[in-house]
Amino acid sequence: MNDSFKGGPLTRLIMNDQAGRRLLGVLLAISILVPLSNLLMPEGSILHVSTFTMTLLGKYLCYALLAVAVDLIWGYCGILSLGHGAFFALGGYAMGMYLMRQIGDRGVYANPELPDFMVFLNWTELPWYWYGFDQFWFAMVMVLAAPGILAFVFGALAFRSRVTGVYLSIITQALTYALLLAFFRNDMGFGGNNGLTDFKDILGFDLQADTTRAALFFSSGLALMMGYLISRYIVTSKLGRVLVAIRDSESRARFMGYRVEHYKLFVFVVSAMLAGVAGALYVPQVGIINPGEFSPINSIEIIIWVAVGGRGTLFGAVIGAILVNYAKTYFTGAFAELWLFLLGGLFVLTTLYLPKGVVGLWAQIKGKMGGPGSGSGSEKAEGQA
Amino acid sequence: MTAYARFSLLFLSLFFTAPLFAEDMETASAETVISDIAEEKTLQDYLAELTEAGFREKEELVLKVVETDEPETLPVMQALLEGDLYYVKDGNTLVYKTSGDPVTVFGGETMTGLGSRDIKKISVNNSLRTLLRAQISRVELFSKNPQTRKTAAINLLKSADELDPALLDEALSQEADAGIKEILLLVEGIRQLESDDSAVRLEGITALTGSLYPEVRGALSNFANRAEADGNGKELAAAEAALSKINAMLRFNSIFENLYFGLALGAVLLLAAIGLAITFGVMGVINMAHGEMIMLGAYTTYVVQQLMPANPGASLIVSIPAAFLVAGLVGVAIERGIIRHLYGRPLETLLATFGLSLILQQAVRSIFGPLNRSVVTPEWMAGTFEVNPALALTYNRLYIIIFSLLVLAMLALVLKRTLFGLQMRAVTMNRPMASSMGIRTGWVDALTFGLGSGIAGIAGVALSQLTNVGPNMGQSYIIDSFMVVVFGGVGNLWGTLVGAMSLGVVNKILEPWAGAVVAKILVLVFIILFIQKRPRGLFALKGRSVDMG
Amino acid sequence: MSIQAKHIEQPTVLYLNGVSVSFDGFKALNSLSLYIAPGEMRAIIGPNGAGKTTMMDVITGKTKPDEGTILFKDEIDLTKYDEAAVANLGVGRKFQKPSVIESLTVFENLEMSLKGGRSVWAALNHRLTAEKKAKIDEILTMIDMTGRAHDMAGSLSHGQKQWLEIGMLLGQEPQLLLIDEPAAGMTDEETMKTAELFKMLAKKHSLMVVEHDMDFIEALDCKVTVLCEGSVLAEGSLAAVKANQKVIETYLGR
Repeated sequence: MNDSFKGGPLTRLIMNDQAGRRLLGVLLAISILVPLSNLLMPEGSILHVSTFTMTLLGKYLCYALLAVAVDLIWGYCGILSLGHGAFFALGGYAMGMYLMRQIGDRGVYANPELPDFMVFLNWTELPWYWYGFDQFWFAMVMVLAAPGILAFVFGALAFRSRVTGVYLSIITQALTYALLLAFFRNDMGFGGNNGLTDFKDILGFDLQADTTRAALFFSSGLALMMGYLISRYIVTSKLGRVLVAIRDSESRARFMGYRVEHYKLFVFVVSAMLAGVAGALYVPQVGIINPGEFSPINSIEIIIWVAVGGRGTLFGAVIGAILVNYAKTYFTGAFAELWLFLLGGLFVLTTLYLPKGVVGLWAQIKGKMGGPGSGSGSEKAEGQA
Repeated sequence: MTAYARFSLLFLSLFFTAPLFAEDMETASAETVISDIAEEKTLQDYLAELTEAGFREKEELVLKVVETDEPETLPVMQALLEGDLYYVKDGNTLVYKTSGDPVTVFGGETMTGLGSRDIKKISVNNSLRTLLRAQISRVELFSKNPQTRKTAAINLLKSADELDPALLDEALSQEADAGIKEILLLVEGIRQLESDDSAVRLEGITALTGSLYPEVRGALSNFANRAEADGNGKELAAAEAALSKINAMLRFNSIFENLYFGLALGAVLLLAAIGLAITFGVMGVINMAHGEMIMLGAYTTYVVQQLMPANPGASLIVSIPAAFLVAGLVGVAIERGIIRHLYGRPLETLLATFGLSLILQQAVRSIFGPLNRSVVTPEWMAGTFEVNPALALTYNRLYIIIFSLLVLAMLALVLKRTLFGLQMRAVTMNRPMASSMGIRTGWVDALTFGLGSGIAGIAGVALSQLTNVGPNMGQSYIIDSFMVVVFGGVGNLWGTLVGAMSLGVVNKILEPWAGAVVAKILVLVFIILFIQKRPRGLFALKGRSVDMG
Repeated sequence: MSIQAKHIEQPTVLYLNGVSVSFDGFKALNSLSLYIAPGEMRAIIGPNGAGKTTMMDVITGKTKPDEGTILFKDEIDLTKYDEAAVANLGVGRKFQKPSVIESLTVFENLEMSLKGGRSVWAALNHRLTAEKKAKIDEILTMIDMTGRAHDMAGSLSHGQKQWLEIGMLLGQEPQLLLIDEPAAGMTDEETMKTAELFKMLAKKHSLMVVEHDMDFIEALDCKVTVLCEGSVLAEGSLAAVKANQKVIETYLGR
């Protein structure tokens, strides 16, 4: 089990992680095959993936990355953030602002400088915080910086004064709630209620074109794989073990001389940035970002993805996000009334009967069947947060 | 009343049929009619003549109308003044018409199916308007009903300069009610400002000082502008002194009003948070479905009111125990079914109860529909209490403030003075010890949780009087309630009270200059920062660290 | 709190003078004064609520004293530092309840405890060098757990967890070890082994051991301090303390 001590970082990342290897293989295949089948196969062919399906799957990939981000702090460090949707939304807004600027004079009011909603509000010039968003590179920096800085400031305050457990959960929820209220305001300059929408193109490519959609899908898959590897690198390092120590026994970690607040802050900021990237990839695919993304229920839904998949296992988070969102798509389409019952039931049932999620259940089944290498599973970082 | 109305209608229709045949009878005939049978004529008769009369005749008719002193007299004159008095060409029925279908003057029935060509306005000219205004004031000022007199006096403040001084003197000399007399003196004061004599004008300013009527303030500031333009330093100074005194009083008013609103919001927060103070504060259980317990209480109120629609007051009283029971029983079921399996795992409890809140919301949505339901406010809760002319406080807020304090006091009593309270405290302090003394700890847990949930249900009853009842109503309170409990200090009812009231007041005091949303954000940010400084709340019990060793 | 001068001449590794802490009016420590010399092993006994755990909290930066001086190695004012900083200065603490990281292996627990590399960056780029591995193996031998190096710490018995925690303390290479009830939950045999281990450690480190078990104290064979109501009641050899009339009345006699 101490194989993580041997070999270089690559070995540590790939070779010792059987489940992760499989996951990455599947992801790579999907990221390449789905766009190819969408673009190359004729419509009506059994091998053709429609643009609608591809966009839907692309959304799932973004959600999966978000779930990995949440699992990194909750599964490994015991920080239950009920406000991670805020970081996702901030990343999304940063991307949305770039896409708004790309519209240029093609808006309803044909103002080359100002987005439509600002013209509508009788604003005469661009607010200072919109400067630079016409540059793609700047927007990409902000996709990381906006959630990162918020997470840094918030985390520095919260972790330094040792706000933990449910208290932390509730103030993270208050954080996203406050942002929800703020972004609803027109004079914040982010489009108020309607948010940012009616995007035209990205880097000069038409957002409605299948090729652009395919590229976005591939980018989402790539981002998920990168996010997974980054997270995997962190949790398999000694830092990861410190995180687990903090999760299991914060005082012990402190008395061993580890600055718990620094560790929490580091992983919280990394996680917020990953969430921001997920949001940034999500927005061009769904075509809109509005304050609803900040609503507390969105953030808490992320938790259930991770819980269903199995917290403390990064690939479990990916599986959970895709499973739950597939169920959501299916049920909200077929039995809209039932969905909230089902989602609520999932919360209750996973916490009561599936504390380790489907991944844990699978390990248990394998264990019962007495297969070799079973039992503790391939991940050791499990347990209650 | 209906018999009377029917009679008048019949009478009118009969009466109005005759003149239709002779369109050119004109003014002379009308005059004849008046002089002929003046003794027996009623309001209806004069009004009927009004449809035919010229402006000069109308003036005389108005004076006659004033003398009838019927219940309809005043409204008819007001409608005439406003140009809302019409008659139906076919049958000469008198009607009021503002927007929508015309309504008959006698009987108040709505007449449908009439086009704009079927009715004709009874026109008035300027001199008639002046007369009407004066006569209306007269009728009102000498009405037997003091409320009417008061309203008339307040109206006079607006049109003090057009007023007949003799009428004002007469009213002043006859008025017995001190409050109304005071208003009349203000009217006189405003008139005095218009005087040519500087001494009288200064007298007027003195009379007006300290009054909070907006008209008085308007008159004074107009006067101040005039005095400034005229370079009349002495009067300007006097007027400005009077104005600044009024402004200071208004500022005090608005502070007081915000305080009142803040306390009312605090009371709502308190009601929402008391239950949480028990489940979270005492038991350490984080119940995200707490808001839904409030919602259940509000829906219980709605259902009880549907069962006894005739009596909203009694139904509200019945709702209090009913909501307590409904929410309490659901709470007990939640504790036994879910929470008991999750003790010592706060984050799991949070998630499971959150799931539960989704289920409860959807259940209510499936049963009652997604739309908001409104609960009728009983009469004794409606209405306002007028502190001064510029400040009126609504009774329902007052009741809620009192009610929340009562609930808190009751709870404190239950905790301190009953066996259940004793057992509850014993279990939270030392479970194994309590258990070994024969206390059924599981049962106490369930009841404690039920108590907290039941109080949330009661909060729902109170909330149903302030907002609409809807499936999502609980969600808006859950974060605020947690903030109150965290801010006040966990496990401390006194802290919950202070926390709720101070958050309510701060919210409402910030609102006027920051806007409701920003005020809310500021409060949230404040609490987040506050938790940094005092992670255990305002009234935290400082204790030996027990988490390790 | 300003650094106050020591009022005794001899070098000390830990110097507490006039330390008081109160919670809601309850004086957990009442002008406590205590000195531990370099290389000394000291046993602390006292009834429940005597302030033993609070004393440890105050030394390790978990609780700030209301007044008093706490010096480490004669010059470092410990009241200025928090837990992590105090630990890195060279004060190790073992809790009454064994607190090892249950979802990590014994080896990983020890690896984490090894001195140095406390920063986030260092942890991210940590490499297990041969030198570190040798050190871990050495500790494993010392606490007799070589065979269980790759078992989850959570699967250990109570006594083994105590030993692992002691091992983790050693990994930190502290100059002063604060040990709270190490023998609790141990078999007699384990207790004696622990006493032997401590005596061996006392050659290189200073130790402060809080214990209830008189046989264990006897086996430690060191100077004993009796705490009562937040201050020192008596100090001396175990025999002398046992003969002390005040101690008999308040503690042993009962």
